[in-house]
Amino acid sequence: MTLMKSLMGAAAAVALSSGAALADPALIFDLGGKFDKSFNEAAHNGASRWAEETGGTYREIEMQSEAQREQALRRFAEAGSNPVITMGFGMADPLSTVAPDYPDTKFVVIDVTWLDAPNLRQVGFAEHEGSYLVGMMAAMASKSGTVGFVGGMDVPLIRHFGCGYAQGVMAVNPDATVIANMTGTTPAAWNDPVKGSELTKAQISQGADVVYAAAGGTGVGVLQTAADEGILSIGVDSNQNHLHPGKVLTSMLKRVDVAVYEAMKAGTEVETGVVVMGLAEEGVGYALDDNNASLVTAEMQAAVDAARAQIIAGELKVESYYENDSCPVLSF
Amino acid sequence: MDFLTLIQVLDSTVRLSIPLLLACLAGLFSERAGIFDIGLEGKMLMAAFFSAAVAAVTGSVWLGLLAGIAASLVMSALHGIASITFRGNQLISGVAINFLASGLTVLIAQNWFQQGGRTPSLFGGGRFTGIDLPFAGVMESVPVVGPVYSELLSGHSVLVYLAFATVPATWWILFRTRFGLRLRAVGENPAAVDTAGISVVRLRFAAVAICGILCGIAGAYLATALQAGFVKEMTAGRGFIALAALIFAKWRPWQAMWACLLFGLLQAIALRFQNIDVGLFVIPVQVMEALPYILTVVILAGFVGKAIPPRAGGQPYVKER
Repeated sequence: MTLMKSLMGAAAAVALSSGAALADPALIFDLGGKFDKSFNEAAHNGASRWAEETGGTYREIEMQSEAQREQALRRFAEAGSNPVITMGFGMADPLSTVAPDYPDTKFVVIDVTWLDAPNLRQVGFAEHEGSYLVGMMAAMASKSGTVGFVGGMDVPLIRHFGCGYAQGVMAVNPDATVIANMTGTTPAAWNDPVKGSELTKAQISQGADVVYAAAGGTGVGVLQTAADEGILSIGVDSNQNHLHPGKVLTSMLKRVDVAVYEAMKAGTEVETGVVVMGLAEEGVGYALDDNNASLVTAEMQAAVDAARAQIIAGELKVESYYENDSCPVLSF
Repeated sequence: MDFLTLIQVLDSTVRLSIPLLLACLAGLFSERAGIFDIGLEGKMLMAAFFSAAVAAVTGSVWLGLLAGIAASLVMSALHGIASITFRGNQLISGVAINFLASGLTVLIAQNWFQQGGRTPSLFGGGRFTGIDLPFAGVMESVPVVGPVYSELLSGHSVLVYLAFATVPATWWILFRTRFGLRLRAVGENPAAVDTAGISVVRLRFAAVAICGILCGIAGAYLATALQAGFVKEMTAGRGFIALAALIFAKWRPWQAMWACLLFGLLQAIALRFQNIDVGLFVIPVQVMEALPYILTVVILAGFVGKAIPPRAGGQPYVKER
């Protein structure tokens, strides 16, 4: 009987520990949905690529409201998922509460870099550098000297995008005008293409002929209206050039898919700490493919590549909105 | 604010107020007949989804419009059966339709198109494009009248002109025809109408059906004319703003049009001028967004005259034995 008990106990222990070693990753999308064609969809693409290549499976959940964040984190950690990959700055507070409770689970968060926990990997991106490059392209492509920026929810992250963009525009054309509008102040702003559409029309009526959308699902409306009204648009996060071939100047790529893919590939051994992916690490960049090849001239490409090299070498510094909570060239 | 900006803001106003106007007139028919309808939002959402879905699949926007109207009619039939036949609580039925539409559209969209709750983007014949009124291009250079004609009046989709035509049509039907008189009577004193030998149930169902048709057009406009496809929750509370406009307009057609244009103007201003600087302080954009609701409360509180709803509104009619 005792032998049986100890054998059973050993078997159970082996089963439990092997279960932990074979833990599946989990992915928590931000508000705005998995198919917003930009931010969350990039993560979805990275995770799908990992699943296809390795044949692994991962759990996922789309946030429907702010209240679900902590609940989702705890559920996945309790179920043994490891690592738990989360998207968006909204996860900062819930993570600072939940991560210490599950010291054996590794948490990965995108767009947060200010937390401090031993089991947390924080991936930030230098969006202002990528936005600087597309800002240069916008100013070079613009004929009226006025360009527009449509942000989603009015948070420092999106102002960070806008500030980099404005600096790029000013670098090419110091007399250019940048019109910046934010869709809203609540997470509903990530999924309101009607409002994005109206904001774009308002900007067009003020003379903008290139519009940069950093608004998740709302950006779909912005790009659609820009294509309808015959002006150029710039996509964000994922490569959105294919949405309206020949009408999208370029897309500011934020390689969230690479970040998610690497995290899932590293699995439970993922490196913790803060990582900032900028131009040097190919974390951000601009998209060039058949859909926009005709819109990007050789001159544009040369200028942008030169600026890119300068930023990587440290000769050219793009001011970050985070430094002083304000932008030197743009007021929101 | 210069003249051109004013024209553009008014242009935006027209675009934004059309779904409100159609939903408001829909609510007008229903509430004047005594059936309170809070489900305008749900009906518009269903219509938006089905019109976008059918337009995407068939490539024809007119088929999409018919499908949208059909979906909205199904929802209003549900509301009618619950309120008229089964004499249920009309407010609860309306709320239920809102929830049902909210969830059902995303579920069907995900199952059908696998794009996360949206329909594929519409293009070409699948959308209502702007119609240029005659001589719009020529008139553009004329000093004051030119931009008003070519930008403000011309270039809208056919549903916009249809919506504006519906306002005098509604007035005429309600106040100049026998059917309209009976409809209004059913909302004030259904027992009198029943004594006259006219079927109260049939009139109320007719009102609910007209409400469904108009909500269907409103939803189809959102998805096929204003935008190019359905996105989840795309109505974003417009049904409730339409309801507020209906009360603000004291259940009258021409006032309903002005109320909807006013609320549309507030939305357009909120979009165009995100923070208005009045010199002493800055008005944040949320004030503009909240203003429609604030105005409605002011009206209901009686500061601008009395707002009297149809007397028999909300009460199911029971035939006396």
